[in-house]
Amino acid sequence: MNERQPYIRVENLKKNFGHIEALKGASLEAYPGEILAIVGDNGAGKSTLIKALSGAITPDGGVISIDGQSFAHLTPKLAEEKGITTVYQDLALVNTQTVWENIFLGHEYRRWGWLNKKKMRRETAELLERLQVSIPDQESVVADLSGGQRQALAVARAIRQGGKMIILDEPTAAMGLKETAAVQKLIRHLADQGYGVIIISHNIPQVFELSDRICVIRQGKVLAVLDTKSVTADDIVCMIVGGSASNGAKQ
Amino acid sequence: MKKHDTGQGKTAFSATLSRAFPQLLLTLALLVLVIFLSVSSDYFWAWKNFRNILDQCSVYLILSLGMAFVIASGGIDLSVGSVAGMCGVIMAVLMHGGVATYPAILLGIAIGVVSGVVNGVIVALIRVNPFITTLATMTITRGVALILTGGVSIYGFAQSFKWWGTGDIGPLNPPIVLSLLLTLAAFVVMRRTLWGKYSLSLGGNAEALRRSGVRVNLYRISIYAVSGFCAAVAGLIMTARLNSAAPLAGSTYEMDAIAAVVLGGGSLNGGSGSIFGVFIACITLSVLRNGLTLLSIPTYFQQLITGGVILIAIIIAQIRNNRDRSH
Repeated sequence: MNERQPYIRVENLKKNFGHIEALKGASLEAYPGEILAIVGDNGAGKSTLIKALSGAITPDGGVISIDGQSFAHLTPKLAEEKGITTVYQDLALVNTQTVWENIFLGHEYRRWGWLNKKKMRRETAELLERLQVSIPDQESVVADLSGGQRQALAVARAIRQGGKMIILDEPTAAMGLKETAAVQKLIRHLADQGYGVIIISHNIPQVFELSDRICVIRQGKVLAVLDTKSVTADDIVCMIVGGSASNGAKQ
Repeated sequence: MKKHDTGQGKTAFSATLSRAFPQLLLTLALLVLVIFLSVSSDYFWAWKNFRNILDQCSVYLILSLGMAFVIASGGIDLSVGSVAGMCGVIMAVLMHGGVATYPAILLGIAIGVVSGVVNGVIVALIRVNPFITTLATMTITRGVALILTGGVSIYGFAQSFKWWGTGDIGPLNPPIVLSLLLTLAAFVVMRRTLWGKYSLSLGGNAEALRRSGVRVNLYRISIYAVSGFCAAVAGLIMTARLNSAAPLAGSTYEMDAIAAVVLGGGSLNGGSGSIFGVFIACITLSVLRNGLTLLSIPTYFQQLITGGVILIAIIIAQIRNNRDRSH
């Protein structure tokens, strides 16, 4: 059992879209300094759960507690204020603008009404240094960055915006091996620095390489939350497609 | 500690050089043109001629400044020529109706801004395609100008109004000074203010901006309002210069403004734009027109040559752009 206080606690979360029950009472906990992987088949309810956590949709029932404070539902602004930031697959970067402009998008510093570029450049350099992200020049525009650099930039922005729990949707989709490894190192580094990380991934080997715990969702319910070391890839695949875990499962 | 090597991107220097390519190419073309015309014509290298070039350029430049922000935000404003014409007509009608010069000018400009707001509201809130929206408002505003004038030009204004088109400010005149001041303001706004940055961000990825908590609709509406303002100021200069408000004044001027923005490095996909580029593009097109006149090229051929030069410049810039993207 984990004795620490969870940063996020979801209890009995429900969401219907018309007559379709996307979430049928999902419950889970996410802790600071750990990487929680959420896995499940297409349509299992992963995205719905994440959208509820990021305030993009309003659940029909259940409670979301953040750092001990309970909410029936969140708004994107409230979620951000409470330190939950989501990096979606499309990354939401402005391809035509520079690294530092993207880091501060929507949160720019101004001085006497003018953009304080100097301060934003300095803080970007400090942030990238702290997160050990290798982007050679912060004056580069996003269109000229590699896929890995873009993902790292999106994560850095999430941290800059006050994220304490970072949700990553398929963080290494369509990336090469080297870039995937680098992004995985960055995610591990975030957890080591005390940030909570939730990743949604279809990549089972990656889930095992990266996560501390695995949450399996099937048909709108959290089937099991397992310590990664206590299960095998076969167990997880079996649960995703409809079987049950051979050992170690906390139902 | 070793940093996470997240892959190789393009170096910032080569990227900056690549982005500035349209402006560099255009500046080079302008230099070549100036040298050629200096050699070919005895009348080109004279202050009077330079002042004439700047004067002829002023209306296009002012329209292009508003258009630069609209195109940077991923939109387009086909109504600017018609709004310029309509605002000139409204100022004329008001003055002939007994309204003093400056209240008439201010009311005319306010109506230009309102036209821009209407465009912005339809585009941002009702989400109608900006091409279709401004095509419709282009026709409506032209219709308003024709109705107000009965299809006949209104002429004969007070000296205080004519000054805006024909007066003198030292060696320059009000249209030149106004266009240069607005260019300087637009340059600073685009590079140093939140509004300028968000104009570019809107065209780059409006959804990213929205998710960052920015009220994108408000910014989009204000950008069209600025375009309307620029159109109204252009209308003031056009009307004052000719001492006449023609209902069809400003027809097809929107095309020149779009051409100047694209020649200056703006992308019709949005997300990029350069006020310096717009300035050089407007000057280049004016020098080209001036040169063709000095070389006694017939008017019909001037249209053909100007259009051809715009097309070639845009094709070269696009080829370069495509090559950069494939690397």
